[in-house]
Amino acid sequence: MDDDERGGQVMDTHLLSIVTFMPAFAALILAVFLRGNDEAAQRNAKWLAMITTTVTFIVSLFVLFEFDRDNTGFQFVVEAEWLLGMQYRLGVDGISVLFVMLTTFMMPLVILASWNVNERVKEYMIAFLMLETLMLGVFMALDLVLFYLFFEAGLIPMFLIIGIWGGKERIYASFKFFLYTFLGSVLMLVAMVAMFSDAGTTCIAACGEGQVALMTHTFESDSFSLLGIQIVGGAQTLMFLAFFASFAVKMPMWPVHTWLPDAHVQAPTAGSVVLAAILLKMGGYGFLRFSIPMFPVGAEVMTPLVLWMSAIAIVYTSLVALVQEDMKKLIAYSSVAHMGFVTMGIFAGNQQGVDGAIFQMLSHGFISGALFLCVGVIYDRMHTRDIDAYGGLVNRMPAYALIFMLFTMANVGLPGTSGFVGEFLTLMAVFQVNTWVAAVATTGVILSAAYALWLYRRVVMGDLIKESLKSITDMTSRERWIFAPLVVMTLLLGVYPALILDLIGPSVAALVDNYDAAKEVAGAALQTAAASN
Amino acid sequence: MISADLNIILPEIVLSVFAMLGLLGAVYTSKDGVAGLLTWLTSGLFVAVAAWIGLTGDGTQVAFNGMFNDDGFARFAKITILLSAAAVLVMSEGYMRARGILRFEYPMLVVLSVVGMMMMVSAGDLMALYMGLELQSLALYVVASLRRDSVKSSEAGLKYFVLGALSSGLLLYGASLVYGYAGTTLFSGIITVAQSGETSVGLLFGLVFLISGMAFKVSAVPFHMWTPDVYEGAPTPITAFFATAPKVAAMGLFARVLHDAFGSTIGASGAIQNDWTQIIALLSVASMFLGAVAAIGQTNIKRLMAFSSIAHMGFALMGLAAGTLLGVQAMLVYMAIYVTMNVGTFAFIMLMSKDGAPVTDISSLNMYSKQNPGRALAMLVLLFSLAGVPPMLGFFGKLYVLRAAYEADLVWLAVAGVVASVIGSYYYLRIVFYMYFGEEQSESLDTGGSPILAGFLMASAIIMVVGIVNMFGVEGAAAAAAATLVN
Repeated sequence: MDDDERGGQVMDTHLLSIVTFMPAFAALILAVFLRGNDEAAQRNAKWLAMITTTVTFIVSLFVLFEFDRDNTGFQFVVEAEWLLGMQYRLGVDGISVLFVMLTTFMMPLVILASWNVNERVKEYMIAFLMLETLMLGVFMALDLVLFYLFFEAGLIPMFLIIGIWGGKERIYASFKFFLYTFLGSVLMLVAMVAMFSDAGTTCIAACGEGQVALMTHTFESDSFSLLGIQIVGGAQTLMFLAFFASFAVKMPMWPVHTWLPDAHVQAPTAGSVVLAAILLKMGGYGFLRFSIPMFPVGAEVMTPLVLWMSAIAIVYTSLVALVQEDMKKLIAYSSVAHMGFVTMGIFAGNQQGVDGAIFQMLSHGFISGALFLCVGVIYDRMHTRDIDAYGGLVNRMPAYALIFMLFTMANVGLPGTSGFVGEFLTLMAVFQVNTWVAAVATTGVILSAAYALWLYRRVVMGDLIKESLKSITDMTSRERWIFAPLVVMTLLLGVYPALILDLIGPSVAALVDNYDAAKEVAGAALQTAAASN
Repeated sequence: MISADLNIILPEIVLSVFAMLGLLGAVYTSKDGVAGLLTWLTSGLFVAVAAWIGLTGDGTQVAFNGMFNDDGFARFAKITILLSAAAVLVMSEGYMRARGILRFEYPMLVVLSVVGMMMMVSAGDLMALYMGLELQSLALYVVASLRRDSVKSSEAGLKYFVLGALSSGLLLYGASLVYGYAGTTLFSGIITVAQSGETSVGLLFGLVFLISGMAFKVSAVPFHMWTPDVYEGAPTPITAFFATAPKVAAMGLFARVLHDAFGSTIGASGAIQNDWTQIIALLSVASMFLGAVAAIGQTNIKRLMAFSSIAHMGFALMGLAAGTLLGVQAMLVYMAIYVTMNVGTFAFIMLMSKDGAPVTDISSLNMYSKQNPGRALAMLVLLFSLAGVPPMLGFFGKLYVLRAAYEADLVWLAVAGVVASVIGSYYYLRIVFYMYFGEEQSESLDTGGSPILAGFLMASAIIMVVGIVNMFGVEGAAAAAAATLVN
C-alpha cells in the first residue's frame, strides 16, 4: 500500500471526525494563541474563522460526493470505545447528510455576515466555531448519549451569543432560551436512561457485531395504567412524550414556541441566522431519528395531537405575525408557522410527507437565514428593527429590494422557489391522512402571503419620505457575496427539487416502510388489548 | 495477630504520629513560623499516603475482629479524601499567610480530621464508626473558628459544634438502639439480625436515628441548617475543605453503614432494605429541591456554594437510594467529580479579592470576563459542569446516578432530580451573567493573585472537559470499589 492510499484511508475512516472537530480545533487555537484585542488581532480572528468554516465546507463536500445514495444504512462510520459502555460513533445516512451540508454551507456565510462585529471578536468567533462543531455532532452522532451531549452543549455557546452580543433585552432572552430548552431536554435525558436500561445499549445504528441497535430494538408498547390513567402504547408513549418535550421546544411547536421570538429579536444577526437555519432543524431531525423509528407505537398514538398542534401553529402564528411591529419578530413567527408544515409532514408518516418535511427544513434554512440577513443589512445602517421606521427603500437600495423580494416570495412559497416544494409536498401528504388538518393548514399559506407581502410593502415600497433614510446606501459587495449562494440555492432547489429528493429518497423510504410495519404489528396488538378490556 | 492488625492500619498510624510530632515540633520551635512548612509537608504526606494506599492496597483485609475494614471501597474513598485534602492545604497556604491566619495547628488539625475520615470509611463496627466520626468532627469544629477574632468565624464554629453535638447524640442514640436490638455493634452481626426476616421496630428506630446523624454530616435536607452559616462564616480555605473531603467521608460512611450493616440486595431479604431506600430517596429529593431553590436568592458566593453542595449531596444520595452495585458506583463517581469541581470553584473564590481583602459578593464579578478572560472561561466551564450541562464531566456524574435510580425503579426520583437540576442551573447561569453580560464598571477585582490558585482553577476546568474522554480511569476504579461493598 503506498502513501497516497493510506492517506486516503485515514481520510475515509475519520472524515466525519475531521469535519466535526475542525472548527473546535480552530476555536482552541484562537483561545490559546491569539493575544491582544487590537485591530490586527480582530482581523486574524475573523480570517481564521472564515478560513476554517470554508475548509470545513470543502471537506464536507467530499462526504457528499462519496456518499452512496442507494445505501440506506449509515456511511463513513467512525467508532471508538467510551465510558459506561457507550461508544463514540459518528455516521451519516440519507437523512442526516444534508443537514450536515446545510450546517457547513451556512457557517461561512454567518461568519461573513459578522464582519462588522468589533466587540470581543475573539470570543465571538470561538463561540460560533464551537457551535458549528456541536451542531455537526448532533447530526452525525450515532450514540444516544453522544447525541445528547452535542444537543445540549449547543445551548452554552448560543446562551453566550445572545447574552453578550444581543440587544437591549438580551439577559431575559438568553435566560429564557436556556432554561426553556434545558427543561425540555432533561426529560429526554430520563427517557434516554430508560432506553439505555431497556435495550442495554446506547448505540443508535451501525453498531458492532452482535450488538443491539436502538433503531431496530422494539420497546415495550403494552398499555398499562399509571395513577389511574390508561396509557395507550405503554412505555413507548411515555418515552415518545419525553422526547417530544425536547424536540417540540427546539422545533419550536405551538404552544411552547414563545422563547423563539425573544431569542431571535435579541440575538445578533448571525445568531438569528444560525438559530433559524440550523438549530431549529435539530427538532425535526430528532423526530426523524428517534421519535418515529424508535417509538412507532407512541408516535402513532400521538399523531392526531401533533397534526392538530401543527395546524394550529400554522394558522395562529401566521395571525400573530400579521400584527408584529418588529421585523425580526415577524420573521420569527413565520418560522414557527413554517416549522408547523415540517411537523405535519413528518407525522403524516408517508413518503411525500417525510420528503416534504426534510425539503422544507433545508429550504427554510436558506430562506429564513436570508431573511434575517436582510433585516441585518438595514439594521446595520439604521440600528432599528421597527417596521415603521422604514419605507420606500427601493428608491435608494434597488439591489436590496430585489433580493428581499426574492426571499419574501420564497417565504410565501411561490412556485419556482424552494419554499413551494416543501409546503406542497407536506400538504399533499397530510391530505391523504387527515383532510381537515390539511384544509386548516392550507389557509396558513394564504396568511403567510399576507404578512410577508405586507412587510415587504411597508419596508421597501412607496415613496422615501423619512428624513433619516435619505442617505441610506445600497448593499456593499461583501453583503452581495453573502446573499449570492443563498439566491442560487433557493432558485436551484425550486426548479430542480430532485437534487435533494433523490438523495434522501431511499433512506426516507426505508424509514416509512419500517414505520408502517411497526404500526401494523402494534395496531393488531392494540386492538386485542382494547377488545380484552 | 496484633502486628497484622497494626499493619493494616499503618497509614492511619503514620498520619496520627505525624500530627503529634508536628504539634510537638512546632511548639518547641518557632510555632507559627513553621506553619507554612508544615502545611506543605502535610500535603506532601497526604499525596504520598494516597499513592501508598493506591499502589499497595489489595484485596479485603479485616483488622481488630472486624472493627476495621480495608477493602477496595475504603481505599477509593481514602484516596479521594487524601488528594482533595492535599489540594485544599496547598491552596490555603498562601491565602492564609497573606491574611495572617496561618497557624501551625491548622495543618495538624486537618491531619487529625483526615485520620478520622479514613476511620469512618473503614469502619466495621458502630464504635469504630463513632470514634472516627468524632475525631473528624472535633477537629473540624476547631478549624471552623480558626479566625478567633472574627465574630462570624466564631459563630460558625459554635453553630457547627452545637448542631454537630446534637447530631452526634442522635447517632449515638440510634447506635445504642441498634446494639440493644441486634445484640452486637459489629456490622457483620447487625446484618445477620436485620436480614433474618423479623424486623423489630427497635432496630428500625435505630436505623432512622443513625441515618439522621449521618444526614447531618452530609448536610442533607432537613439536617442542612448549619451549612450556609458555616460556609459563610469560616475562612474560605476552610470552607473549601468542608465542601470536599468531609463530604466524601460522610458519604462513604453512609454507604458503608447501609450496605454492610443493613443489607444491600434488593428484594433478597426483609423489609428493612426497602425502608432505608425510601428514607434516602426522600432525603435526596428534598436536598435537590431545597439546594436548587434556596440558592436562587443568594448574593454571597460562599452561601450559594453551600446550597449548591446541598443539591449535589441530594444527587449523590440518589445513587445511594438505588441500593444497588451501580448505585454505589455512581455515588463514588459523582463524589470524585464533585470534589474536583469544588476544588476549582473554591480556588476561584479565593482569587476573588479587592485591594487584598476577600470579596464574596457575586455582583463584584461584574464583567470579570474582560479583566481576566482566562479565569472567567475556566469558571464558566466549572459552573456549567456544576449545573450538569454536557459536555462537562458534571453531566456524566448526573447521568450515572440517574441510570442507577432508573434501574432501581425510582423513576420518580430521576424525574424529580432532572427538574431540580434545571431550577438549579439558574443560579449558576446568574454568575455567568455577571461575569459575561454585566455592565462596565470602574471598580474591579484584583487581577493578580496566587499562581497556585490559578493553577488549580485551570486544572480543574481542564479536567472537566478532557475527563469526558475516559474519566482518567476513575470509572473502573469506582466499579471495583463498589463491588467490594455490595455483594
